[in-house]
Amino acid sequence: MSGSTPASPTASAALAGAGAARGRGGTSLGEEAWRRFRRHRLALGGAAVLLLIFLAVLLGPWLWQVPINEIDFSARLEAPSWRHPLGTDDLGQDLLARMLYGGRISIAVGFAAMLIAIVAGTIVGAVAGMSRGSVDTLLMWLTELFLSLPQLPLLLLIIYLFRDSLKVLVGPEVGIFILIVAVIGGFRWMPVARLVRAQFLSLREKEFVEAARALGATRTRQVVRHILPNSLGPVIVAATIDVAAAIIAESTLSFLGLGFPPDIPTWGRLLYDAKDYLDIASHWALFPGAAIFVVVLSINYIGDGLRDALDPRKVM
Amino acid sequence: MSQYLLRRLLIIVPSVLGISIVIFTVLALAPGDPFEELATNPNVPAEVRAHLRAKFGLDDPVAVRYVRWLGAMLGGDWGFSFASRINVDDLILGRLPTTLLVIGSSQVLALLIALPVGVYAATRPYSIFDQIANTLAYVGFSLPTFFTGILFILVFSIQLDWLPFVYRSDISATGWQFYWEHFKQALMPVAVLGLFQGASWTRYVRSAVLDVIRLDYVTTARAKGLGERAVVMKHVVRNALIPVVTLVALQMPAIFGGAIVTEQIFRVPGIGSLLITAILANDTPVIMAVTFVFAGLVILCNLLADLLYVWLDPRISYR
Repeated sequence: MSGSTPASPTASAALAGAGAARGRGGTSLGEEAWRRFRRHRLALGGAAVLLLIFLAVLLGPWLWQVPINEIDFSARLEAPSWRHPLGTDDLGQDLLARMLYGGRISIAVGFAAMLIAIVAGTIVGAVAGMSRGSVDTLLMWLTELFLSLPQLPLLLLIIYLFRDSLKVLVGPEVGIFILIVAVIGGFRWMPVARLVRAQFLSLREKEFVEAARALGATRTRQVVRHILPNSLGPVIVAATIDVAAAIIAESTLSFLGLGFPPDIPTWGRLLYDAKDYLDIASHWALFPGAAIFVVVLSINYIGDGLRDALDPRKVM
Repeated sequence: MSQYLLRRLLIIVPSVLGISIVIFTVLALAPGDPFEELATNPNVPAEVRAHLRAKFGLDDPVAVRYVRWLGAMLGGDWGFSFASRINVDDLILGRLPTTLLVIGSSQVLALLIALPVGVYAATRPYSIFDQIANTLAYVGFSLPTFFTGILFILVFSIQLDWLPFVYRSDISATGWQFYWEHFKQALMPVAVLGLFQGASWTRYVRSAVLDVIRLDYVTTARAKGLGERAVVMKHVVRNALIPVVTLVALQMPAIFGGAIVTEQIFRVPGIGSLLITAILANDTPVIMAVTFVFAGLVILCNLLADLLYVWLDPRISYR
């Protein structure tokens, strides 16, 4: 069956590719991946859309200098107009400004939680993959256990229990940000750990690692210089998907009223506030919902493109 | 077979223990105090508080408290809801059927979408049908359930006025009218959950069937002169379902997460909306119990998946 020999062709082909590239001075591994990625038109489109949204939330608040909390009761629940391109909410606050600001938070949460999940997953997977016996068994049992935990109820439980004390400790905004990022990341490392462990198990028996060992490379050097770089392909794909999952998780929490406080209008929070005014101000719910959808869809397509681009076995 | 079942049941024990430890650790680490309300109440003297703490064993070591708590949970004594003033197990048992009904029907709907579409798309890879199905699947699982729910309410309840958007448990109609009303109000929550799951399962089914359909034994089946239908149904799908069952079992926690959101949007009186209400009302015993029930449901689903393996793949049953 094609694809049943994990990682070995990946690793050797990747190495061969890298070696050949250096010899010729031609395309490097990164350029090769970029060339493959470009062939995936939907992924390229997703990357363009995502870049646009990044620029919008990064630069938008400078260009659209309407304060996010300017209350104007004469302009309550207004439909989109030139003065308020995305309309206003029940306090007459400008939705464009709020979405641009909230988008920063939503996307920042997505990336920070992804980083936590990837780092934790890689460490657990690498330790499990390099050690044999009881450590491996224990870590994998822990991974399985975390995989079968009901994540959303636990997320809600943890946030409910720890919200107030963190608020006192580091202030409401930072506290809730740290809490949400840590909990979301803390419940998403398991797939990465399994991926990394599977890669390590096969890579550590490969000839190039044996050669490194024979040349006297320490265990750390073997892992850091030889095994880890070759196992990163699937991890990058998982990282992409994790950003989308974390953004959805944060929006879900905020949508349930248990995420960020109302003065931090993340996209999920905007939806939560808007859901009681669906019949008279549907624009209020539609814009943040569509923003979440577009970001997640783009990220999913990028992940799909990266999967193709980073898999040298796949002939394109 | 019975031995396999027994072994699977034994594997559950460490999982239940592990999950209960996680839940209890979270609770034990939490800064709050169940007697906080008493502590801030000036009418309760300090001696009474200390007496109560001693009576409920709050000053015992963590390990002792854990064993006592686990014993009570397993023994069916789940405590008393602060907010609803009834026993937690009664509260949950009353609401569990609704949740199971909504989740169960949505999973059936998801299967009814994913199996035919996935198999059909995989037997004609890169055809127009495949591309449309693939695009819709991407859109489907990129749409978060809370947004689909809001869109459904906007379109079907507010614009078209076809379906009610508040789930009621006190429908007064009788006979067929009763079932029709129930069907109408369950339609949107079930569709929101089912379409989301169906979209991601479609991709699993498609890629699993694509992996299997190129294998030699399928060619052999065709060479024997079997019709395409028999080849796909009897030879391909059954084997393709094995990895799909794994992925579906891994997704169970996410499915329950989606159920909580859906119940909250449509105000379905299930345990998901109970959890949110309890959290907003600081009703700790209910929160703990619902979390535990969700964990139990996940474990149960994993067990079901293991039994499905045996049916799908007789080779693994005696290992």
